[in-house]
Amino acid sequence: MSDQTATKPALDFTPPRSGLAALQLRDAWHLLPWGIAIAFYFYADGFHSFGTNVLIMVLFTLSLDLALGYAGIITLGHAAFFGIGAYTAGVVAVHMTTDPIAGLILATILAGILGVLTGMLILHTQGVAMFMLTLAIASMFYEVANQWRSVTGGDDGLTVPRSAPLLAYFGFAGFRFDFRGMTGYLYTLSVVFVWFVIAWRIVKSPFGRSLDGIRQNPRRMRAIGTPVWWRLVAMYGISAAMAGTAGGLQAQATRLVGLTSLELQLSGIVAVMLVLGGERRLYGAFLGAVFFMAVQDWAAAVNPVYWMFVIGGLLMAVVLFLEGGLMGLLDKIFGMFAGKRVENAQPSSNEVKAGEVKTGDAK
Amino acid sequence: MSVATGEKPVLSVRSLCKNFGALAVTQSVSLDLYPGARLGLIGPNGAGKTTLVNLLTGMLAPNSGDISLNGESINGIRPEQRVKKGLVRTHQINTLLMEHTMRDNVAIAVAERRGFAWRTLRYGPQWRACLEEAHTYLSGLGVAAAGDRRVSELPYGQQRLLEIAIALSLKPKVLLLDEPGAGIPSTDSHIIDEALEKLPAEIAILLIEHDMDLVFRFARDITVMVQGAVLISGTPAEIAKNPEVRAVYLGRSQQV
Repeated sequence: MSDQTATKPALDFTPPRSGLAALQLRDAWHLLPWGIAIAFYFYADGFHSFGTNVLIMVLFTLSLDLALGYAGIITLGHAAFFGIGAYTAGVVAVHMTTDPIAGLILATILAGILGVLTGMLILHTQGVAMFMLTLAIASMFYEVANQWRSVTGGDDGLTVPRSAPLLAYFGFAGFRFDFRGMTGYLYTLSVVFVWFVIAWRIVKSPFGRSLDGIRQNPRRMRAIGTPVWWRLVAMYGISAAMAGTAGGLQAQATRLVGLTSLELQLSGIVAVMLVLGGERRLYGAFLGAVFFMAVQDWAAAVNPVYWMFVIGGLLMAVVLFLEGGLMGLLDKIFGMFAGKRVENAQPSSNEVKAGEVKTGDAK
Repeated sequence: MSVATGEKPVLSVRSLCKNFGALAVTQSVSLDLYPGARLGLIGPNGAGKTTLVNLLTGMLAPNSGDISLNGESINGIRPEQRVKKGLVRTHQINTLLMEHTMRDNVAIAVAERRGFAWRTLRYGPQWRACLEEAHTYLSGLGVAAAGDRRVSELPYGQQRLLEIAIALSLKPKVLLLDEPGAGIPSTDSHIIDEALEKLPAEIAILLIEHDMDLVFRFARDITVMVQGAVLISGTPAEIAKNPEVRAVYLGRSQQV
């Protein structure tokens, strides 16, 4: 419509490529976390179950990063979807099939559907109201699991049979889940990787950017025609589905689903992991979950009574002194090495800086 | 108002009323915007200008009256759908995405207009096309050089221009400019003038502004609102001569 602007060819600007085509040598650091995860498989004998649990919490934290970090949905009830996934995978294994992938897909889908439905309820609200509603919904899920003993086993929990061999399709014998949990570790790592790639694509997508925009300024997004509520519901559903996968993985790995998977404490812990690692960073979920679980393991061994005190102190230190969590700390460390080069980005002195001018005396 | 014969108004407001309790903030306002209109809306503080904008964009629901866009009534249509139909506003106070780059701010709006903003997994070439189009809007307003900078780092004048660039990228038929010059130091006010001059001629524009000089330079017609009602409409020359307007508005501002 604006003829003199829209038809002029943009000769002086080439938009950056995205996806695999955009990868450069300096992106090689992405190999580091995944390389460590694979090396763990080969060298961490006897720790595979612990590693699997860490990966599950990484995935759960990643799901919260999509909802809380990127979309700004204030939720303290995310364990609801983790628990739904865990119980679904457990019930599927008990009553239908022990094929791990089938159980995981059903756990993901059901958690996603419940995420969309509850999201439609709560995402009209904002701030404290939204926060209360997420708590309320999580409590309701908990009570359903507690009372519906015939399916969930109530407070006794649900014992899950060992999964059938992985990928045992079309006559292929598949990979058996061994007692040391090595197959389980690789299986979990693969699932986490798939979800990570999806999350990576989502946060860079127009969809993800619009949600980042909604977090920063819903009014602006409405003014450009964004259906804010639907967008939030969709992201909440994706996040819930991812949390459901994490729950399903836990049911298959620990072979026991209990009410702890629906507890508010779990919602709190995953939020702590996210803040520790750093919001809106994707890898923050890795750092936060790994660090939290390592410290928890260590602190519980040193003093089984007061370990939460250590965690609480750590969290306070991060929130007070480390903006952006552990990822923020990494930024600062690398920034010190590369610091000299960044300083040329000074604005010229005659420009009026934003914020120095009051936005009018009007109205 | 300048009525081109036979042309239909693109935005038509009839007897619009809005009360907040006993307070009538909009009293039976009627106005027409024709394609290419440059209508200035002025009035003292509390005259109901911003309320009118909120009624037009759908942020507030009127108690009575009718708003139609291209002959189609848009009462009860949600704000974001009004945007899709071509009714776009800028904000008096910046509502930009401060953590995004300037170009991303426009590209997100372009993606939204193209109906492309639901894409989650496969989007590379189309998103690059959005960035390219965003660049053309920025360069049209002369701020493309800062496209890669985060909005929070930009000088205020450039942020105001970005507001306009985003609005233009939505390809509006009607553009409501809510104090585009607010907060810009007088030494920089020319950049808003220049930006307004470059706006595509066919867009119908309603300019709400405190800066009388800017209104009288830009508008071809002016409507004066006082206490929620339209006092008078006319050309800038007529408005400037009108004794009632001088008494109620211009005279008052001289006293202050």
